[in-house]
Amino acid sequence: MTAVLPTTSDSLQRGWLTDLEDEAIHIIREVFGQFERPVLLFSGGKDSIVMAHLAMKAFWPSRLPFPLMHVDTGHNFAEVIEYRDRKAAEWGARLVVASVQEAIDSGRVTEHEGQTRNPLQTIPLLDAITSNKFDAVLGGARRDEEKARAKERVFSVRDDFGQWDPRNQRPELWDLYNGRHRTGEHVRIFPLSNWTELDIWAYIEREGIEVPSIYYAHQREVVDRDGMLLAITEFTPPREGETVRRQSVRYRTVGDATCTGAVASTASTLADIVRETAASTISERGATRADDRASEAAMEDRKRQGYF
Amino acid sequence: MPSGLLRVVTAGSVDDGKSTLVGRLLHDAKVVLADQMSAVEAASERRGYQGADLALLVDGLRAEREQGITIDVAYRYFATARRTFILADTPGHVQYTRNMVTGASTADVAVILVDARSGVLDQTKRHLAVASLLRVSEIVLAVNKMDLIGYDEAIFDGIVTDFAAAASTLGVDHFTPIPVAALVGDNIVSRSTSMAWYEGPALLEFLETVEPHEGPSLPARFPVQVVIRPRTPTHPDYRGYAGRVEAGVLRRGDKVQILPSGRVSAVAGIDTPDGELDEAATGRSVTVRLEDELDVSRGDVIIVEGQPAPIVTRELNATLCWLTDRPLRASDRYQLRHATRDVRAVVDQVESKLDISTLTPIDADELTLNDIGAVRIRLAEPVVVDPYDVNRSTGAFLLVDESSGATVAAGLVR
Ligand SMILES: Nc1nc2c(ncn2[C@@H]2O[C@H](COP(=O)(O)OP(=O)(O)O)[C@@H](O)[C@H]2O)c(=O)[nH]1
Repeated sequence: MTAVLPTTSDSLQRGWLTDLEDEAIHIIREVFGQFERPVLLFSGGKDSIVMAHLAMKAFWPSRLPFPLMHVDTGHNFAEVIEYRDRKAAEWGARLVVASVQEAIDSGRVTEHEGQTRNPLQTIPLLDAITSNKFDAVLGGARRDEEKARAKERVFSVRDDFGQWDPRNQRPELWDLYNGRHRTGEHVRIFPLSNWTELDIWAYIEREGIEVPSIYYAHQREVVDRDGMLLAITEFTPPREGETVRRQSVRYRTVGDATCTGAVASTASTLADIVRETAASTISERGATRADDRASEAAMEDRKRQGYF
Repeated sequence: MPSGLLRVVTAGSVDDGKSTLVGRLLHDAKVVLADQMSAVEAASERRGYQGADLALLVDGLRAEREQGITIDVAYRYFATARRTFILADTPGHVQYTRNMVTGASTADVAVILVDARSGVLDQTKRHLAVASLLRVSEIVLAVNKMDLIGYDEAIFDGIVTDFAAAASTLGVDHFTPIPVAALVGDNIVSRSTSMAWYEGPALLEFLETVEPHEGPSLPARFPVQVVIRPRTPTHPDYRGYAGRVEAGVLRRGDKVQILPSGRVSAVAGIDTPDGELDEAATGRSVTVRLEDELDVSRGDVIIVEGQPAPIVTRELNATLCWLTDRPLRASDRYQLRHATRDVRAVVDQVESKLDISTLTPIDADELTLNDIGAVRIRLAEPVVVDPYDVNRSTGAFLLVDESSGATVAAGLVR
């Protein structure tokens, strides 16, 4: 089973990407028009890169009018952190780093042996939103990533505790976005709601956007773990009985290194990645996120509590 | 609405088979990925179902899974070799009709499902009323579970006749009836062999080929979202108005008027980061420069002189879909959000509401959840509107509760 590219002939002539771009830019400009203190979540992952790219386009020739924020688990890939810092400097944007490590050190959150740090991002994220008085938080989540996300609004209000109530969402009509909120509440904004993984790559290719090197195929030491290819890093040493081997892999998502798997690939150009994504038979999260596979409702539970 | 994507909304009563239909569409169009399919197979097995329940592909949230019903709008994305689709799956439960309004507001096509055994219900008429009110340009009547009535043509025809009667009462001039069986896949992606009497397209075929008519080419409307003033060494004096062309086409050199102020100028340039454009069509997000230094700000609307003008008014005759538990009564105050402008509003009078079983207006002095009614609204400042029947973008507005921020009504300018 494969997803199909609507236009196979000229991969760069893709009208629907322009529609998606126009919609996202419209949403981002509404955020500027309706809020006092927006922030753009920027992890150095492909979705947040596309979102930042769109935000720059939305205000051109002005510079990006929002600060960037990254919730750093402390277990990130070095290539991605380097990219993040370099881009923030290039764009002249302020970068707020909310650190999971600091939250662990100060006792705000407790790390559990053998568990990923992804769920621990929620508290540092909410703390940073509160202390910076951010009223709008732009995130790069897509509805096609996961079933609970499929019901998320573009403008999604979070209560004082950062919680999401899927049963009590505002209806979202036409392209009229309602950002009104009470003090203490904030609004999560998802300009890429209507994009798919394939759209993201096709757009990166069309726009010629630079992405961190680990998205391209490279040689890496990996082991098979939980049905994924896991890279050997300082945070993820091989376990007993696992055989380390070197092979050509790339990443489809670039989150926490302890739970983000690589996929076997030889895609070395953006065109290769687009082709590979179009032909893929496994969804992005299924291939590469160990934490989401734990339970059918894992993502929904985390989202209710205030996760991205 | 953008042209490269087809936006489809599905509606039906609980258990009509909407989730199954959408699941079947995704599955048979071969856009379900291997791991998603095995997750559905595993979940089906845990519940003791025979075979994979395709409805589980689209039933997202835990609350739904517990109650076994779809409670909110879920969006699905898929592409075939011919087209890219955004599918809004809306719940059938009576309390959640507001979600149909949500899904229909952006849709090009509405697929309204009925169970072949029960035919056209009040809920079906409500969905049709919403689709027609929100001017979804193409309506499909999908008569589902044909397998359970022995693929009987006469029963199908009877349902189509009932639906046509409701449609004509509402002024809907055309719709496309398709007999389907979502569970087994009849007429979903390919034509069924069980209904030789049916000569029309399968559902997917229809969706791939339909050209939703955009209406006559509309006069240009460009609501200003953001004023762009970089004040950088490279652009010291740049002043542009960023926004989206909500209707018509804007061209370089066009003589324009800024509303509500009424001042005039001309389009000096249409900018994008990828270069200047000669013209920007409906849906394009661009930045417009004007010949003259005017005081233009967010909320203003740029229109082209010589084209039919919008209405600049502090009084609206409107139709409201009431979306919240607390009823609307005369003299209630709200914030009205229209295009890029927010103004304070008071509802002067509730005039009537739609009786869903007869589809005719009846006297009313309040609107309750899910009611569709006619009202008169007074505004603290003028807005620049068109009738919704003429222009879906500039004819639409929201009413927002000032204290909670909740969206309480979808409004359409009459
Ligand atoms: N026999 C038959 N059953 C169907 C068909 N479509 C759906 N169903 C069944 O009808 C029930 C309700 O379907 P579901 O998709 O959950 O309905 P929803 O509430 O509209 O989303 C389920 O038991 C389905 O298996 C059909 O075409 N034929």
